[in-house]
Amino acid sequence: MNSPVLKNIIRFALLVLIQVFLLNKIQFSGYINPYFYVLFILSLPFGIRKWFLLVLGFLLGISIDYFSGTLGIHAAATVFMAFCRPGIIRLLSVKDDLEPDIEPSIRNFGFLWYFTYSGSLVFLHHLVLFYLEIFRFSEFFSTFLMVILSSIFSLVFILIAQYLFYRKK
Amino acid sequence: MRNLLAFFLKNYFFFLFLMLEALCFTLIFNNSYYQRSSIIRSTNRITGNLNQVYADITEYLYLKKGNELLAEENVSLHSMIKVDTNLSCRPSLIQDTVFHYICAKVISNSVNRRNNYFMINKGTVHGIEKDMGVISTEGIAGIIVGVSENFSTAMSLLHKDARISGKIKKNNQMVSISWGGRNFRTGNIEDIPTHIQLYPGDTIITSGHSHIFPEGIHIGITEQFIERQDQLFNTGTLWFSTDFSSLYYVYVIRNNFREELLQHNMTPIYE
Repeated sequence: MNSPVLKNIIRFALLVLIQVFLLNKIQFSGYINPYFYVLFILSLPFGIRKWFLLVLGFLLGISIDYFSGTLGIHAAATVFMAFCRPGIIRLLSVKDDLEPDIEPSIRNFGFLWYFTYSGSLVFLHHLVLFYLEIFRFSEFFSTFLMVILSSIFSLVFILIAQYLFYRKK
Repeated sequence: MRNLLAFFLKNYFFFLFLMLEALCFTLIFNNSYYQRSSIIRSTNRITGNLNQVYADITEYLYLKKGNELLAEENVSLHSMIKVDTNLSCRPSLIQDTVFHYICAKVISNSVNRRNNYFMINKGTVHGIEKDMGVISTEGIAGIIVGVSENFSTAMSLLHKDARISGKIKKNNQMVSISWGGRNFRTGNIEDIPTHIQLYPGDTIITSGHSHIFPEGIHIGITEQFIERQDQLFNTGTLWFSTDFSSLYYVYVIRNNFREELLQHNMTPIYE
């Protein structure tokens, strides 16, 4: 469990399973579809190669797509999110030299930093995802409402997970 | 040339991003439900088995509801037979030669997305093919879009591309039914001619004009009739008779004359 590679592989599998067999099965409401699996991209260490980040985003998205029967939609959104991640981190970080092994988490950076970081990325992910899925201008505003409400829910799940699994030692 | 290469290498992150997004978009747009069956077929084998395990575990939770629905259907079938035995011939006991029904169990389902699919535990081995209709014990449910050996994927009526040809039961007026998203209990009635007055409570059934669904399968009950001034057609909303959130046992409908009907170049009304 100490190896970061093994840890991330387990996290990947676990998040896909939780998303597909738990969250996709629960009917919250027509407007609210939380996508918790993006936590994987959020939690990758800072030192990760940029190209590898994109490839992992693609793999994660396509695995969710396989189970949901929505080929390409989740992959497109997750790749976009992975693409935005380095930029968001650069915008938010105070010091320039982030240690490459460290993972973004509440424990390491505090609540406010993590909230802004995950909130903006989750919002970007959901924005691409819902507009691609619905793909209609006639439902523009209701889609936007869906994006906002679902982002809030996903974010709540992510923050809860942070407090559950990344407690201060 | 070297400069160009250097440019690409320098911005490799951006170009890789563009490449992957292009790949995703090709996947999305080449896979509108007609062309996607080949991919669904390969996915079915992997996800089908996993979904089967999941369904086996959760099956017990739905047994009560499933039994109630089947019992209710039995009651309605019994009452139909009783009426017909009073006649000299028994038309409803003669085997249906046009439509053949295959019973299947839903092993994976969703209602909360804009485009919903469900998976059933029967496939090509059991005689299921693409474009067959699926009904539940309560009414219309969806249409098969992909089959593998032992599993099939069906596009639910809760899909943005789903458009069913229906009719108003009381006067046989053709209408078309679609789903507007969000609430899985209500759908839209479209293309109601202005001279037709629709009242809440009117039943909408399938028209039988497509080769996919037989005539007279329940679609829903009219909830609201919306008159649109200065437009050619009025619209309305309806309550689906099928509760899509608790699909359990479904029947897949095989039309024995489908090939012959297709030769007449009849386009399926279900788009």
